[in-house]
Amino acid sequence: MKNVWVVATNTFREAVRDRVLYNLVFFALLMMGAAILVGQISIGIEQSVIVSLGLTAISVIGIFIAVFIGVGLVSKEMDKRTLYALLAKPVERWQFLLGKFAGLVVTLTVNTAAMTVGLYLALSMVKHPLTRSDWYLVVAVYLILLKLALIVALAMLFSCFTSPFLAILFTVGLYIAGLFAQELRTMRAVTIAPSTMRMFRGISYLLPNFENFNVMGAVAHGRGVPGMLVLQNTGYAVLYGAMVMALAAMIFSRKNLK
Amino acid sequence: MPGAAIEIEKLSKEYPYGFLHLKKKRSLEDLSMQVQSDEVFGFLGPNGAGKSTTIKLLMRLIFPSSGTARILGKSIEDVSMHQDIGYLPEQPYFYDYLTATELLEYFARFHKLSETDRHERVQKMLKKVGLETAKKIQLRKYSKGMLQRVGLAQAILHDPQVVVLDEPMSGLDPLGRREVRDIILELKKEGRTVLFSTHILSDAEMLCDRVGVIVGGKLRGVGTPGEMVGMESQGMEVFFELHGSGQAFPLLSRATNTGERYRVEVAEAELYAALDELKSAGARILSVTQLKPTLEEFFMNLVDADRAQANAVDVSGK
Amino acid sequence: MKTRAAGAWLLSMLLVAGFMGVWQLQMKIDAQQKATRVELDELAIGSPKVIKAMSLEYTPLVAAMYWTRAVQYYGEKHRLRLSNLDLLWPSLDIATTLDPQLLPAYHFGSTFLGEKAPAGAGRPDLAVALLERGLKANPDEWRMYYDLGYVYYFDMHDYKKASEAFAEGAKNPKAYIWMRVLAAKIAGEGESPETSYFLWQQVYNTTTDELIRQNAQNHLVLMKAQLDMKEIDRVADEYEKQTGHRATRISELVQAGLLKGAPRDPDGYPYVLGEGGKAELHLDSPLLEKMILENRK
Repeated sequence: MKNVWVVATNTFREAVRDRVLYNLVFFALLMMGAAILVGQISIGIEQSVIVSLGLTAISVIGIFIAVFIGVGLVSKEMDKRTLYALLAKPVERWQFLLGKFAGLVVTLTVNTAAMTVGLYLALSMVKHPLTRSDWYLVVAVYLILLKLALIVALAMLFSCFTSPFLAILFTVGLYIAGLFAQELRTMRAVTIAPSTMRMFRGISYLLPNFENFNVMGAVAHGRGVPGMLVLQNTGYAVLYGAMVMALAAMIFSRKNLK
Repeated sequence: MPGAAIEIEKLSKEYPYGFLHLKKKRSLEDLSMQVQSDEVFGFLGPNGAGKSTTIKLLMRLIFPSSGTARILGKSIEDVSMHQDIGYLPEQPYFYDYLTATELLEYFARFHKLSETDRHERVQKMLKKVGLETAKKIQLRKYSKGMLQRVGLAQAILHDPQVVVLDEPMSGLDPLGRREVRDIILELKKEGRTVLFSTHILSDAEMLCDRVGVIVGGKLRGVGTPGEMVGMESQGMEVFFELHGSGQAFPLLSRATNTGERYRVEVAEAELYAALDELKSAGARILSVTQLKPTLEEFFMNLVDADRAQANAVDVSGK
Repeated sequence: MKTRAAGAWLLSMLLVAGFMGVWQLQMKIDAQQKATRVELDELAIGSPKVIKAMSLEYTPLVAAMYWTRAVQYYGEKHRLRLSNLDLLWPSLDIATTLDPQLLPAYHFGSTFLGEKAPAGAGRPDLAVALLERGLKANPDEWRMYYDLGYVYYFDMHDYKKASEAFAEGAKNPKAYIWMRVLAAKIAGEGESPETSYFLWQQVYNTTTDELIRQNAQNHLVLMKAQLDMKEIDRVADEYEKQTGHRATRISELVQAGLLKGAPRDPDGYPYVLGEGGKAELHLDSPLLEKMILENRK
């Protein structure tokens, strides 16, 4: 397990040196601009706009990083053959994979935490005393982070057996499909045969239900999120993520490197 | 340590290719050989012969279609065996955002070393491969030769019993090649087993206790460089200078020349008679050397034979 | 070195010139597009369901964008004195579909969907639909009942429903206290000037939205003018009783001591006596136009 940690710390170092964290500058500018503009334009929903905008940016930027860097974690090492010397060391392939995963998740956590601070700063510019309900933001951000971790796992899985381009495509596709999984389950149309309906339901349970992690509506209007939901979502992310990573480890362990 | 450090038994590798992956290409066929401990073993062969494939199979970067191998008594499937082996990949590329020190420290962490031990060894290695001045520069600024040296450093950092080097001299200038050569000799002196692959025959001749020749995925022969080519002398080579157009003499007809410099081959037994002949002809002897067969010729013969066979196979349509 | 610096200067100047050219061209293109564009409305309106699907999980943000657009759309139309507010409902429909908890949208929407043109879209039915959707999603929002009461009272003249709405909202302990009282009053009397004036006063005093406040102010001003004119008519009747003939000028009423000086309307213009000796607004008063529009049924 120590090996996992070693790989993870190096992955974090790589992300930092690759200037991934520079996206924070863009985010800071965005939030500042929004805080300034929002007073002039929106009516009665300044807080809601800042929170929605902030959470949207955190989510979208996070997804970009999770997908593009997530896919690159394995494919870059295979393409550039930096992997070869590493695998000659006494380290198992699954440890390498898990370490890369952990490193990117840590990077995302740091990145997201910084953005959350920025969001609070912008919020306090618009609405002076921050009330207790404003702390619900942290819950929303935590759930976004769970979502991002799951996306990283998927990105890694696909990059283990397809080209980087296809891996990105599949991961993004699965993200979007996962958002509509709930809809698929509750779809009611007269023209669909019951057997097809059953199949849709089955698929909807297999897909990663990303809508689970979305509490933007509640938090934007200052409402809280039940603790049970947070707990259940954590369990879901951990379980689903573990399955994805296990599959990735299995595939990668048998892969003939070029 | 007596015994075989590396044992390979009927190792084969097939690659499916073509439409629907129905056809199979054999990049390695039934390789069986052994590398003894504390010997330097050279893997020879033209590009694509299967040398890299064999090494990658040993290092578990690719998986055999059939056959087994053991290093230091442990199966190649045992990752813990990697504690005692060092590997330099072909055309190494390392994380370019790290410095040499950082890279070595990173790799060293996977071995069972204490922190102080690790730091010490890293510094020692950097000195040994001559990268001490460049150790704080990011690898993206390194030349090919410097990268090769870093590669060597990470391969021997943890004091491995067996060192496997894939084309360690490729792309290096003569100075670089000599440095690598010296390091390999040093490893040998330290009693380690070294397996390296190369297509540069003179290096193999110079360094190896034994060589194995691979052509077309098959092992063609294993033995000392001398054994491979036969010890017999093939005669003597004489260079001489002749001015003016004196009388023609028998030897002249067998000679080749550029301008006034001539070269002729004579059997060893005939050497003194030939020299007398030249002396009477008024030639000035420049040099006399023994002709020995080279690995190169042996090699080229093998390659040609293999090519002929491949052509024959193509023609027959199988 | 000198040539390199010169080259850099030349390049910078070329870039500046280039950008100026681009700027000029862009202005020309904008003008050209304005000429060809028929409607200045293009708000990316589509089916709310489709837009919701396309917003993925970012619906509150997209809702806020549509809401902001709706307000700007209204403001722009209002400023240009255009009366076509066709796109107001679709924008609000999308915004509230995407984010059913967007409370300001219901408040704003109910006001300006219900109002007659030119102040509003003149579609109180849509206002009611909007509010009912809002109540479904936010059952605890008594303010929706409050808004509903207004729409029924002022825009649909359905006093029974207005009373019911106020009564329903009053059940919430957080609601305005007067809602219960007013519910009863409207149930009994239907429309009355005091009730109307009171209701508009309420909006004027409590709303945070500038546009809504101005709208209420307009109503109050008109009501004040109407009350004034009613009073002047009463005075004129008094004069007729006293003198036996109808006054034709305000000054006659002042001279008779029945008025304490020529009364002016809220915009500062003096009232006049028109046909049949009835009080009327001065021809120059801007209130005249508003009054005519208001009285148009």
